[in-house]
Amino acid sequence: MGATHHAREATDENLAVVDEIAAEYAGRPGSLIPILQRVQARVGYLPADVMERIAERAGVPASQVFGVASFYSQFRLKPAGKHVARVCHGTACHVQGAPALTDALCAELGVEDGETTPDGEFTVESVACVGCCSLAPVMMIEDDTFGRLTPDEARRIVRKYGK
Amino acid sequence: MAETGTLAQVTVGLSSCGIAAGAADVMSAFESEIAARNLDVRLRRTGCVGMCYSEPIVDVDLPGEGRQTYGGITAEQVGRIVEEHLVGGTPVEEWLVRAEDRELPDEAYYSRQVRLVLRNAGTIDPESIDEYIEAGGYAALEKALTSMTPNDVIAVMKESGLRGRGGAGFPTGVKWDLAKKSPGEKKYVIVNADEGDPGAFMDRSILEGDPHSVLEGLAIAGFAIGADEGYFYVRAEYPLAVKRLEIAIADARERGFIGDGLFGTDFSFDVHVKEGAGAFVCGEETALMASIEGRRGMPRIRPPYPAVEGLWRKPSNINNVETYANVPWIIANGPEAYAAYGTETSKGTKVFALAGKIARGGLVEVPMGIGLREVIDEVGGGVPGDHEFKAVQLGGPSGGCIPREHFDIAVDYESLVKTGAIMGSGGMVVMDDTTCMVDIARFFLNFTQDESCGKCTFCRVGTKRMLEVLERICEGEGREGDIELLEELGDKIVSSSLCGLGQSAPNPVLTTLRYFRDEYEAHINEKRCPAHACKPLLTYTIDPEACTGCTLCDKVCPVGAVSGERKGIHTIDQELCTKCDACRAACKFDAVIVE
Ligand SMILES: Cc1cc2nc3c(=O)[nH]c(=O)nc-3n(C[C@H](O)[C@H](O)[C@H](O)COP(=O)(O)O)c2cc1C
Ligand code: FES
Repeated sequence: MGATHHAREATDENLAVVDEIAAEYAGRPGSLIPILQRVQARVGYLPADVMERIAERAGVPASQVFGVASFYSQFRLKPAGKHVARVCHGTACHVQGAPALTDALCAELGVEDGETTPDGEFTVESVACVGCCSLAPVMMIEDDTFGRLTPDEARRIVRKYGK
Repeated sequence: MAETGTLAQVTVGLSSCGIAAGAADVMSAFESEIAARNLDVRLRRTGCVGMCYSEPIVDVDLPGEGRQTYGGITAEQVGRIVEEHLVGGTPVEEWLVRAEDRELPDEAYYSRQVRLVLRNAGTIDPESIDEYIEAGGYAALEKALTSMTPNDVIAVMKESGLRGRGGAGFPTGVKWDLAKKSPGEKKYVIVNADEGDPGAFMDRSILEGDPHSVLEGLAIAGFAIGADEGYFYVRAEYPLAVKRLEIAIADARERGFIGDGLFGTDFSFDVHVKEGAGAFVCGEETALMASIEGRRGMPRIRPPYPAVEGLWRKPSNINNVETYANVPWIIANGPEAYAAYGTETSKGTKVFALAGKIARGGLVEVPMGIGLREVIDEVGGGVPGDHEFKAVQLGGPSGGCIPREHFDIAVDYESLVKTGAIMGSGGMVVMDDTTCMVDIARFFLNFTQDESCGKCTFCRVGTKRMLEVLERICEGEGREGDIELLEELGDKIVSSSLCGLGQSAPNPVLTTLRYFRDEYEAHINEKRCPAHACKPLLTYTIDPEACTGCTLCDKVCPVGAVSGERKGIHTIDQELCTKCDACRAACKFDAVIVE
């Protein structure tokens, strides 16, 4: 099911990750979301074969795994760049100039919002509030948060990561 | 802790906002300075004290002297603080923002506050259960378990007048009573830490700054309704909150505050943490429970309410983070003490997150019923620069914008609803004359349209239609009849959606239409954006009188739309101009005119 829409990229290594994580949750109902989260943290995204394996190991229909993975914005069905620049578009950041940050980053990297550069280095994303609203506008790269940004600063930060 | 004994103490605020501002570097700078000089100083961490505008924040306590607070500190400044203050005994006066023994300008940020929920935030180390206990923590749980019955606890909660802080303001004691009376052996208590309102961050701050207070409140709720298991449902975007919560739970378990037979009674209680996965609708209680169960977060029809049929179809009680954080204080200090704050129908205090165009953005806790003007102007310091206050947005995507003409209202549930806004979770985003209210309406509709789970047709399709109309108005393509169309669609979505998301989605549009109709009309009839925010409606020109021919605008223009000789007057090619604003920002002579 659905597999034709996605690249079949599961390696044995990825399937082993699924087996290992699913085993930890064996017999615990309601574990699908944490399993998906932890598998994605290790594999980087959720290839179709990996999701099929999760369905098998967690004992839920594959349709439910695909349904859940597509419902929540945290889950990636496509690989992301090595670095993910997440620009906050919450209310405070919007009022303080978030659109200009996104414009600047997209122009700098030559991608549209939500896309990954062809060399696989960077993904630019918009996210809702990251909870640092008083430092708006805010951007996160991986787990680092940058606040009170100007478009120029945002560009400079991304360049530093690119090196 | 205020009392430090004989040891000098340095405390660095290490919450997400502090860390984003560079607090981790400040912490390591202190570590190495203190080690290099071999000083006998206690270096500790704390959560967010609320002065986010001044992060990174450092407190220095010398024995026998009051606490002195530094704001906006960088790693480079640490050496001088160590040298002059820690070693020399004299504070670096110009970097201080607050001092216990005298009044500095930022005192205004504190003088109006009553910190019950934030009682420990910014003072204790959130990763130390000992510091929580030292501050009186877990005494309320002990009191409830060993000297009260579940009905006593519920009676206290009812008497306190506490209402849910997650948005709807339902009386907490009444909710607990329903869950208690609901038949069933197995019950659950749940913390809603999904904090979906973009612009609100009080729940994150509470969990990062004082996680035990929420855990203790949850355990008390478990005892009151007869639940032996609890869940925290935390937004995926809050990794530090999850980490500190997990530390708190592990420590509480080790000390016997969580587990079997607590305080020698036969009450047992265990908790789990579930992380959300990025869906705003999962803040809605029935969707949240579906998500804990590992399903798509779709709201369902109520009744049955969670108190009757909740998680895994068992009676469940769900409250917001701030609601639970109030509980230990109320049990410890008594319901009268709590109800002494606030108004007739809105008791106690409320934490607000101030952000947007405001001088002192951060977290403040004030008594219910305080004037909106006091919160924005006196506590928050008003709109910075020479801009003018236009509106404050409350309640996020479900709320509304309150204009200057209602600036004098009291902040309580009922007064806010009269303006068309709602209390919501307590996010206040301040807007000034550079904020376009049509753009704000579009922003929120874009949000709700994106986050609609798609179950109800009007919520799914109706919000999309509204968004299209708003987009064309912002692009200068607005038509006659658009305002009426928005109102009509809004009414229909409100009346035919199942959950609060759809029912309240049109609010940001309807309230801006109510107070800022002239801005909509300017966009539609005159193709003009009064706030100069909607790019397609702007033209950039250079004032020949003011232009000195310095060529700076030419240099910064990314598309080569500016031309002119050095020392000659420059002009902008309207065909090429992308309205990126770079020339206006760069011009030192205010020669770039935007209309
Ligand atoms: C679309 C939607 C989103 C919501 N998001 C949140 C949220 O992020 N946090 C929260 O505490 N309540 C949220 N609520 C309210 C909850 O459904 C519920 O009323 C609340 O958790 C009850 O807690 P309280 O009584 O302590 O306020 C939301 C409601 C709706 C309709
Ligand atoms: S709105 Fe951007 S961090 Fe909250």
